[in-house]
Amino acid sequence: MRDKYRMVFSGSGGQGIITAAVIISEAAVLYENLNAVQTQSYGPAARGGSSRSDVIISKSEIFFPKVIQPNTLICLTQAAYNEFSGIVRPGGILITDSKYVSIEKKVDADQIEIPIYDTVKKEIGNPVVFNICLLGVIIKIKQIVKKESIIKVMEQRIPAGFLNMNIDAIELGMSMTSAIKNEI
Amino acid sequence: MKKNTVFVQGNEACVLGALYAELDLFAGYPITPSTEIAELLSERLPQEGKYFMQMEDEIASICAIIGASLTGSKVMTATSGPGFSLMQEALGYAVMAEIPCVIVNVQRGGPSTGNPTHVSQGDVNQARWGTHGDHSIITMTASNHQDVFSVTVDAFNLAETYRTPVILLFDEVIGHMREKLILPEKDEIKLIKRLKTEVAEGVDFRPYLPRDDGRIPMADFGGVHRHNVTGLFHDMWGFPSNNPKIVDGLIHHLVDKINNNINTIAKVKEFHIDDARTIFISYGASARTARHVVENRRSRGERVGLLELITLWPFPSHIIREKCRKARFVIVVEMNFGQILKEVKACIDEPEKVFLANRVDGVLITVQDIRKILRIVQGKGI
Repeated sequence: MRDKYRMVFSGSGGQGIITAAVIISEAAVLYENLNAVQTQSYGPAARGGSSRSDVIISKSEIFFPKVIQPNTLICLTQAAYNEFSGIVRPGGILITDSKYVSIEKKVDADQIEIPIYDTVKKEIGNPVVFNICLLGVIIKIKQIVKKESIIKVMEQRIPAGFLNMNIDAIELGMSMTSAIKNEI
Repeated sequence: MKKNTVFVQGNEACVLGALYAELDLFAGYPITPSTEIAELLSERLPQEGKYFMQMEDEIASICAIIGASLTGSKVMTATSGPGFSLMQEALGYAVMAEIPCVIVNVQRGGPSTGNPTHVSQGDVNQARWGTHGDHSIITMTASNHQDVFSVTVDAFNLAETYRTPVILLFDEVIGHMREKLILPEKDEIKLIKRLKTEVAEGVDFRPYLPRDDGRIPMADFGGVHRHNVTGLFHDMWGFPSNNPKIVDGLIHHLVDKINNNINTIAKVKEFHIDDARTIFISYGASARTARHVVENRRSRGERVGLLELITLWPFPSHIIREKCRKARFVIVVEMNFGQILKEVKACIDEPEKVFLANRVDGVLITVQDIRKILRIVQGKGI
């Protein structure tokens, strides 16, 4: 992997973006010997308004814990897209879900529109694993952590009866896209 | 991965430190951004056969831990600014009656209910002087979870060693942020046990009679020795006294037991200080931003360094004065209007070389904020 990944997950409360941010960070720390710092917005914003979680994953020690310019920006609502799309680092990637976000402006980033929600609904039937499918998309596009590391974290966090559905969601996400080679 | 690596919030690191230090009882009233401390302890303490008490407010919370500490328990409460304000009266009681306890304040924006979900470092002076009357107090902070864990253990040790309340002054960013923590093995950090009296039942017990080394053994309240505990000035039996000699002796004892041990108590972390022309002084979440700037500039050969304060009170004046002697500029980085800045200016030989980089809008001070001040201080314009 590159030395440092800066990611911002944005959307609305209940979409599971904070859980997704915690899982990928924990996978990096516990199973890939990397450093990670995760922060999130608290309060009213996280309960209906635009919610946001910042993640830095790095080979070296991380000091300033927030993300000013993400290499990877994920926007899962129109409001989050409108608020945050301008912060993506030039040359970075902006991932949106085509069900929730219609791309309105051009940013200096690779814009990747993927119908994650609709595909999860169709292939798995339960939208609860929407956020896990998103992780599959992210780790396929950028090889930040291995699928196996994420599954190990989920084994600890997710009730056994739901684990297989979550593993299916990761694999589904990985099948929906391809890797980006010229990452910044 | 090391087998005892966890990925946790700062508040959880504090909980794990408290459990490592053998916390017996927590009483509290949950408040953002400290809530996870109460939440996690409400689960963990009963599992270990220990006590969690949800109180009706913060006044009751600190009074409950003071009472429990007197019975021989290691105790803690956690709150944020509004609750810490309510605790000030009883905090002074714990100072006067010399009752070991740990009070965590995960700072949010103030005054009043302020800015609950956002970061601030505005309670630094409140920790020092929030309760009335001359006194000394120990206050510590941390900028990463490894240090949150270890200062929490230290806080219990210092509380027992000096028979004093110890304040842990964290902030919203550190409390809520998740990062790696490597849990020390059992016995890796030494724990200080309560010093208990050896006076036998039926023999006159003097609860405030120091040993030769200055430490004062305690008897478990409700045990074999009946004794008085008061917030009034008191004699060695714990009974009220306004005898000037006794008053003078006690107030000096309360201040000196901490101030005279500043070399043992005070902890400062140094990063690239030796040849630094510009020294940043910072603590808590602000120190992460300052460190970011320092490491970045050092990699380009610029002579900058960071003094990170772990102990805020007693203020490590002697260390600051010595370390900053050769620096051309000293920049204090904090999220308030300069509460530590004033202490630094007061202890340094040339106060005119001290500047403030601050932010008070509830947003973590950024690398850009510090860079801007650095440029102005160095005469480079914005």
